[in-house]
Parts: sequence; structure tokens; C-alpha cells
Amino acid sequence: MSAPPLTSRVSLPFALAVWRRNLALYARTWKLNLLPNFFEPLLYLVSIGVGVGAYVSEMRGMSYVAFLAPGLVAVAAMNGASFEVTYNAFVRLNFEKTYESMLTTPIQPEDVLAGEVLWAVTRAGIYGGCFFLVVAAVGLAPMPSALLAVPLIPLTGLLFAALGIAFSLRIPAIEFFSFYFTLFLTPLFLFSDIFFPLEERLPPAGLWLAELLPLLHPVRLIRSAFVGEWSAILLWDLVYVLGLSALLLWVAARVTRRRLTG
Amino acid sequence: MPPEWVRKGQGARAGPGYAHAVIVECRQVSKRFADRLAVRELDLEVPAGLCFGLLGPNGAGKTTTLKMIYGVSRPSSGSVRVFGLDVARSPREVRARLGVTLQENAHIEVLSSIENLRVFGRYHRLSEVEIESRSQELLDFLELRSHADLPVRALSGGFQRRLAIALSLMNRPELLILDEPTTGLDPAVRLSLWERLRELRARGSTILLTTHYMDEAERLCDRLAILAEGRVVAEGAPKDLIREVVASEALELELPEEREASLLSDLHAVRRVRAGRRLMLYSEDAAALLATLRERGGGFDPHSVVVRPADLEDVFLKLTGTKLEGGA
Repeated sequence: MSAPPLTSRVSLPFALAVWRRNLALYARTWKLNLLPNFFEPLLYLVSIGVGVGAYVSEMRGMSYVAFLAPGLVAVAAMNGASFEVTYNAFVRLNFEKTYESMLTTPIQPEDVLAGEVLWAVTRAGIYGGCFFLVVAAVGLAPMPSALLAVPLIPLTGLLFAALGIAFSLRIPAIEFFSFYFTLFLTPLFLFSDIFFPLEERLPPAGLWLAELLPLLHPVRLIRSAFVGEWSAILLWDLVYVLGLSALLLWVAARVTRRRLTG
Repeated sequence: MPPEWVRKGQGARAGPGYAHAVIVECRQVSKRFADRLAVRELDLEVPAGLCFGLLGPNGAGKTTTLKMIYGVSRPSSGSVRVFGLDVARSPREVRARLGVTLQENAHIEVLSSIENLRVFGRYHRLSEVEIESRSQELLDFLELRSHADLPVRALSGGFQRRLAIALSLMNRPELLILDEPTTGLDPAVRLSLWERLRELRARGSTILLTTHYMDEAERLCDRLAILAEGRVVAEGAPKDLIREVVASEALELELPEEREASLLSDLHAVRRVRAGRRLMLYSEDAAALLATLRERGGGFDPHSVVVRPADLEDVFLKLTGTKLEGGA
């Protein structure tokens, strides 16, 4: 007799039931959630883009605010996904016993993970999408080329959903998220080609190191869509985003089962 | 004097189709955590149509056993079958047919009862039509309708507990598992919950619950397994357990240990438990035993004497030497 399987395949209908749970909750609380998250990139766009930008004649052949806008779209997607799979997922796992209650039904740990990641991607889509609409409305997203950035928004969400959930499943206390936000996401925000072209400020040796930064790749992809210029390096960006997401989700699936069953 | 529901339940059990069906079957199940053995070589059979209780103090392994039965915890050794299926191999199939009320409520607090029921119905992949009709049924059955549209966080503890049970009934489970269903509730709420559980059993559901309340075990359960330190130390119908392990009646008195041997010298057959200065003697006729002791001149404080029916607390004390409700 062989041992029973240790993991189960994700069942999309059950993952969607998890997703719908979050949607039902979000439908009740979206006004409280949406506004602060929505205004954050807008404030940066106005303060840095318009304010500081007034002293910058041009950046890579465009106005400073036009240079900044696509990077902030990526940031909006990153933030939308990150809050969901960090604080919210941690509370559902450890305090609200949400997952414990889901696992009394046919839902399996892998379905919970898939549903949560799908939901984080959804929220990334909502925040990134809203900000994209604002940027487009004020004429900072050249059409139609910038439309190619739209599918890149949930893709950015996927990467940060995978990073966040892999982190959340491993930490013992909620206080650890201040490390994640202050020492990981904030440096990414500041040094991922969003405010200045990284390759013009780093020595060649540092360039390789910069390629490790997860946010750099979505920023480069989304900016290329805005500008409408494509180069071979974007293929590497795409491979990086998809590859790291897949790797982290593979790890997370194993940890999820261990954390949710015992 | 067995209450009416006990007799009705026993009648139902004797009917065709129920006589031999075993819903839960644990064989030599052990569960080891990093630092301790929580469940040790546990054998358990829950027959169909009964209310079966796992009785034991906190830390006896009750919750761990339940988790292995609904398949969220994997036994370190041994096998668990539910509805004849291996839980480790068919967790989805098994859980589709059972319901679980966890020890702690896990409601979505900003949503209402009816919204929580809908979300839970989707966990079972019920159709929207089925979810709607089942939710309405359960709002009535558990008397939730009066506050069905209020956010759950505004509801009392008893109300929230009834909602927890309603959630676990969404899929019309054949087996209902309840982990300490009435802990922390006031007596009136407990009574009304017991009533609902009896009703479910009368409709043919099998119920498996854990409790550390002996009155709950005695009044609700047809059969009990008493757990201590991860083992089943006794199993049977409450009345039988009391009769077999102790006796129908208890005589409690304060008697110094040094007096015990002389006073009870020829009464070796009388089962007894000592708890400090207090001695519990068990007999089918406690009054007669008391009369005998009085004839012998006593040596015990007459004001300390209590004659009462023996209960599961006595059974537990006799089997383990400790009280059931440790610190709880």
C-alpha cells in the first residue's frame, strides 16, 4: 500500500470559493480600503512628479512626471497585492482561524493558497487599474501603446502576492511585517528605476546586483509599454517575473500544507 | 429515569440500516508532535445515528483526535476511516459529507449571519439556489432569524455559537463534529443548543462531540469515550460507565486516612476514591452503607456526609485520580 499523497492538486472551483469569501468581505469594506491605497501613488505623482519635476528639464527624453507615472502604476499593483498577503493573510491564518474553518469543508490547503493569491492579484488589478485610469485621464499614458501595460498590472500583483505569502507563512509574529515593508518594499520603491534611471547612477558591477530587485522588472516592462519601445531585455524581465513567482508559489504550497495541517 | 429522547434514540438505533453501520473508525491511531505524544494507540468506533462524546480534561487529546477524523491532521501511525473511506486518501469526499463546529468561532465579523452562511455554502460548492434555501432553513432551525441581517460582531456569544453550528450544517452533513460546543455559554443557551442537537440526532444525523462538562456528556451522549493523556480509558453508555466503574450511588464523607482502614476493614469490595480529607465510597445502596458505618461508631464528621447519585466525575476520578475540569 502506497502512502497517501502529501499534496493535492488545486481545484479551481474551491480556490474561487476562497476568492469569493474575500470578495464578499471587500464588497463591504472597499470604501475604507480603497481610498488610502488609491491616494498614495497619486500623492507621489503630484509631489515628486509635478513638484520636483518642475526642476528637471527632462528625463530620458520625456517630462519627469511622464517618466514617473509608469513606475507608480507598478507600485500601486505591488501595494495592492502586498497588503492582502501580508497583514490580512497573517490575521486570517493566526487570529481569525479563517483557514482552519475552510479546511473543515472539502477545500484543501492548496486551494486556500490559490484563492488567496488570486485575490491578491485581483486587488493589485483594482489598485493598479484605478491608478492607470487616473494617469491615462491626465494624458500621461500614451495610447494605444500604454494599453499593453494593462495585463502587466496583475502580473506585477502575482509576483508580489507570491513574495508576500511566502514571507507571511514563515514568520512567527505579526511584528515581522515592519521588516518586510520598511526594509524590503520601501527600498524597492526607492531604487527600482521609478524615480531615476538606475543604470545611469550605478557602477557596472552594481548593475548585476540591481537585476535581483523584484520591482525593477515590472517597472521596466510597464514603462516600455508606456513609451512604446521594446528591447530584448524585456524578455529577461518577463522570465524573471514569471519564474520567481512560480518558484515562490511552489515553495509556498509546501509551507501552506505544513502550516494548515499538522 | 431516562428522559424521553434517550428512549426514542435507542429505538431509532435498533432500526434496519443502523444496527451495524460504523461512521468513524480509528484503529491504533497515534499522533506525535515535536515534543509530546498527544494521542496514543487510540481505538474508537462511532456507530451511526448516535450522539457520541469524547470526554476528558483539557490536553487529553480530544481536539487532536477530531482533527485526525476530519482529516486536517495526519496520524503519525494507525488508520482513520470515516464513512468507510480512508480520510488521508479521500479528504475532499469525506469532508463533503461531514460538518465541523470548531472550538473557536471563525466568522466574518463585518458580515451578517446570512452572508456568512452564503460564503460557507460556496466552500461546499452548493448551487446558489441550494445555498439560499438551506440558509433560510438554518436561520429558522437555530433561531437566528431575528438578527439575521446584523453584522456578526454585534451578536451575543450564544448567537454566534448557534451561527457556528448553522455553518457546519450547510451541507446537510451525515456526521456532525462539534469541538466543545457549549464552552463559555450561559446555562439557558446550553440547554437550547442541546435541544437542537437532540433534534438533529432524531432526524438521523450522527454526532461526535468533545466536552469537559460531565453534565453535557451525561445528558446528551448515548455513548462516551473517556480520554486521559491521549488514551481511551473507558467507553460505554454514561449509565453503564457509572455502574461499571464506580456504582450507582456515592457516599461522600470526611474521614482521616488513618481511620479508613479500621472503619472499612472488611469492606474491600467497596470502590472508593480519596481526595484529600474527603473519601468517596460507591455503592448500589449508599444509605445502607452509611447505616453500617454509623453502627460501627463512625469516626467521621456527621455533617460532612453527602449521599448522591454517582456521576461521570466519579468515573473520571476513579479512573485517573484527577478531576475532569482541571483549570477550566
